[in-house]
This record gives sequence, structure tokens and C-alpha cells, in this order.
Amino acid sequence: MKLSFTLNGTLVRADADPDMRAVDLLRELNALDVKEGCGTGECGACSILVDGVHKLSCLLLAAQLDGRELTTAAGLGGQAAPHPIQRAFAEHGAVQCGFCTPGMTIAAAALLAQNPDPTRLDVRRALSGNLCRCTGYVKIVDAVRAAARELADAPAETPAGEADA
Amino acid sequence: MNVLFPRHLKQLFKALAEPGARILAGGTDLLVRLRSKPDGPDGPGTLVSLDRLAALRGVTEEGAGHEPSGGLHRILRLGAACTHAELLAHPLVRARLPMLAQALADLGSPPIRNMGTLGGNICTASPAGDTLPPLLVLGAEVELASATKTRLLPLEQFLLGPGRTALQPGEVLTAVRVPVPALHTRQHFEKVGRRDALAVAVVSLAALVRLGHGGKIAEARLAWGSVAPTVWRCPEAEAALVGRRLSLTALAEAATLVRTQVQPISDVRASADYRREVAGNLLLRLAMLE
Repeated sequence: MKLSFTLNGTLVRADADPDMRAVDLLRELNALDVKEGCGTGECGACSILVDGVHKLSCLLLAAQLDGRELTTAAGLGGQAAPHPIQRAFAEHGAVQCGFCTPGMTIAAAALLAQNPDPTRLDVRRALSGNLCRCTGYVKIVDAVRAAARELADAPAETPAGEADA
Repeated sequence: MNVLFPRHLKQLFKALAEPGARILAGGTDLLVRLRSKPDGPDGPGTLVSLDRLAALRGVTEEGAGHEPSGGLHRILRLGAACTHAELLAHPLVRARLPMLAQALADLGSPPIRNMGTLGGNICTASPAGDTLPPLLVLGAEVELASATKTRLLPLEQFLLGPGRTALQPGEVLTAVRVPVPALHTRQHFEKVGRRDALAVAVVSLAALVRLGHGGKIAEARLAWGSVAPTVWRCPEAEAALVGRRLSLTALAEAATLVRTQVQPISDVRASADYRREVAGNLLLRLAMLE
């Protein structure tokens, strides 16, 4: 099946078998930040944003991505320009083996888009579909709360040319 | 395997006529089953995705039919392809059906709620389906459509057993029609799982209690999840509560009846004895509603 979708801001065209899963296509397209843990929707490692909504790429067919706008962890930011969530994870020691981290940051981004000032319980609930088997969750919750504070303090972005509009 | 994406109902019914056609809603159960047993009864064949079909979404309040008693009779019509998250965020669902909202909040995890649909939860017909006990005590009906006709069926007649429903080939569950409970009706849902989130229910209880004169119970509808092949009712306990207040004494007596009647099984999540004990205990919480 011929598909086209936006992956982290770039238009992608791909050919996928009808039974191919989204996670497999994305990894084939070198989006290796999308991890497969359980493959049954329980661990959250394959989390992506589909049109801004937190979904699991192991429970989506590649064909379902057609025409959609996808964001993976790499689309939030990278080494040169990390997203405040990613920086906070590094600074708070919220990463150990790192396998769950891309999914955790996607879940955190989905939360902060809806709730810019979450309580610890809000964060725990929002991340309840993402499992970490190394660090435990305290530092992860710390990191998400710190990222929320940083985002709240940051001046609103004004894209060039729109200031006078 | 083939996948089709109908965009309106006419295309949907045409797609459902394909050999081995299966409806793919949120995919949170079906895709897992297809992968674990590719040669099983679920696959291969044609998957008919509801992704691009707006007709099965949306929540509307219909109403103004009059009950025989003269009361205003309103219905909340929930599109079968609404995701759990969409329903949970909907003001009408939160205001009119708080027990369903509670069940949706306890169901799965945020990404599962963003993907899974109400219709999927019903058609999967799991003994542990979180929306089933609330919908049953609310008196929900399912709206089933085929290319030639639409029929309504009470939910309890639709659920036949674990993974079995009255859905016919060529039919789709289009919506769930839920009567809005009358004033002075208390709604309650509680689920016990191995953890707070992303847990399959060990036992759940949905209760709809209508209070009459002097706070006495005029009607009690109770339904348990995960203690029987489908949602389980206990008419003996319901009858024992009528005419009583929502006191711990009355509830404890009804809980004893529940523990006598219920016949749960032991599995990886809990023993039958534990389930029997908790099925009774959950009833005691209703004392908080008085």
C-alpha cells in the first residue's frame, strides 16, 4: 500500500504491506527512537504522537498512518537542540538504560500540551502506560515537573514575520 | 491480509461483505490477537478499519419522549467508534453518566484510552470489560446496523459469553443508547485490579440506586465484572436492598447474599475465594452514597 505522512515535520512516502505495523515501518524508516518493548500495548516504549495524540505504534497498522502527522521523540528535539523535557530527563537522572525514555518523553509531551502545570499525581497518571524497569519513577516524575516549570517560564514563541500580523 | 478504510456507511457495508471481513476499531485487542495467533479464528482475511468513518463517532442527547410515569425520558447516544478518551472528556458523559466516566478513567492507560473504542470494548465481550457493568445497570441498548436494516438490542442480550456477542456477519455496532438516569439516582463504579493503572479488573462493581421516600431504596441495580463469563447480576441482593436505607447493616446483609451466590474462578490475577470476598466487600462502599 502506498502511504504518505509527515514524520517529525518531513513528508515521507512509503510502501507497506497491509499487515505491517506502524512500529515496524517507522523503524525501517530509521526512526530508531521508536522502540518495541512488549508489542502488546502494555509498556509504552513505542509511543508516538499521531496528530498530537499519544498512541502506541505497535497497535497501529502502518496503513493507518496515511495522511497523518507523526511526532516521535526525535521530533521533540535532538542532541543539538533538546526539548525542555529531554533536557530535564538528563538533568534529573531520569534515564538509566534509556529504552523507555523516548516513550516517556512522548507521554510527557502529550500531558504538558493539555496540562501545563501537572501535579505529581497528574504526571503519574499520564505516564501510567509507560513502564520503566531500571530507575523507578521518582526521577522521571521530577523531570516532567521541572520541564513543566521551564516551559511555563519560557517566553511564548513568536514565529518570525508573525509579530505584526 | 487486506485492510480497507471505508469513509461512509455504504462503503463500510460493502467492505463487510468481503470474505473473512473483521472490523478493526481501536486495535488494542484485535491486533494483539492477530499477531499471537495469525492462523486463529480472527485472521487472516480483510480488516475493515473504522479510522476514516466519521459516521460512528460523536455523542448526542436525544430525548423528550415521555415515560409512562410522565417523567422526561432522555437518551445519550454514544457513537461506537468514540475512543474512551473522547467519551471521558465529553461534558454530557461526565454530567449524566458519572459511573461510566469512572469506568473509562480506570480503563487501560492514556494511550490505550486514546485508541480503544467503546464499541470495541463491548464487542470484545471480555468478562473483565470495564464499560460493561456500568452500561448494563444503566439499561443500555446497542444499535446494530447492516446494509439492509438497523436493530436495537438490550446489552444483556447482546453479550452471549466470553468473546461472544449477537453481532451477525455484515453487521456493525454503530452506537450505544444509554437512558439518562432519573434525578435522585445514585451512580457508583469501582474496580479492583493488581495496580491502579493498566490493570485487568480482578472484580468490578457498577451500581445504580434510586432513592425514594425518606432515603429508602426504591430500586437497586447491581452488576459485577470479572466474576463470571459475562457481567453478573445478583437479583437476590438487589431485592434485599429495596425498602432499606443505604446503611452498612443493609449492605452487609446484601453482601452476604452476593458471596453465597457468586461463582467466580481462580486465574493468574486472583483466586476464586478472593474474588468472592471482594465482590461482597465492594457493595459496602455504597454506604458512602447515602
